[in-house]
Amino acid sequence: MASTFETVSGIISSSSDVPLEKITPQSHVKEDLGVDSLAFLDIAFEIDQTFGIKLPVEDWIARVNEGKDKDEDYFIVGNLCAQIDSLRVAAAE
Amino acid sequence: MRLEYFQMLDGIEKLDRDQASLVAVAHVPSDSPVFEGHFPGHPIMPGVLMLETMAQAAGYLLMTLDGFNRMPFFAGVKTAGFRAFVHPGSTLKVNASRLHAGSGYAIVAASLDCHGTRVSDAQLTMRTMPFPSDALARHVRQEGKRLGLAEVEAE
Repeated sequence: MASTFETVSGIISSSSDVPLEKITPQSHVKEDLGVDSLAFLDIAFEIDQTFGIKLPVEDWIARVNEGKDKDEDYFIVGNLCAQIDSLRVAAAE
Repeated sequence: MRLEYFQMLDGIEKLDRDQASLVAVAHVPSDSPVFEGHFPGHPIMPGVLMLETMAQAAGYLLMTLDGFNRMPFFAGVKTAGFRAFVHPGSTLKVNASRLHAGSGYAIVAASLDCHGTRVSDAQLTMRTMPFPSDALARHVRQEGKRLGLAEVEAE
């Protein structure tokens, strides 16, 4: 069974034409991989569908804008995967 | 339709909240400067205007489902097909069905039928956000009334 990182990096690569080998857990989705806002919508859709969750992207952006969290908390690939895992656990409860 | 105002829809015929779907009607004008250029001697509705027609139906569907609290903007399109010519004077059925409600976006399957024949279909990505101006919010709510949304909601 593929890990969350393997699945997410595959989604990012297929949705944004970023080579799979360029994606690491430390990659920032926007700054390092150059994913723009429309491509991120495609990625969010694929993640929602694949994992049966709803990424609360608007809440994340609001928290970053309010200074409550850092952008890196959500948009570093490894941290994004951790958020997905938390949402999957919450959805299963 | 009033093509020069990008007013593509003429009415909402059906709204199904449970299925998150909507059917609208759009009457293609018999005369328009658009048809003088597209194309001389063979006037047909441009594909980009078919897409806009589907996007507007998607927009009114999403606004209705969330109580006209947020504005959907056409952000992306996948797998669009233009399967037949649409001639001046045609009447189109515009179908929109929400496939997924994401955070700040929605995915909508939309299509156009003309005399029972599918002439176009597409999967649309709509970015949703708070209304950027009160004037726009008033305008689309007024347009919703013009399209008869209140009447189909009551059915």
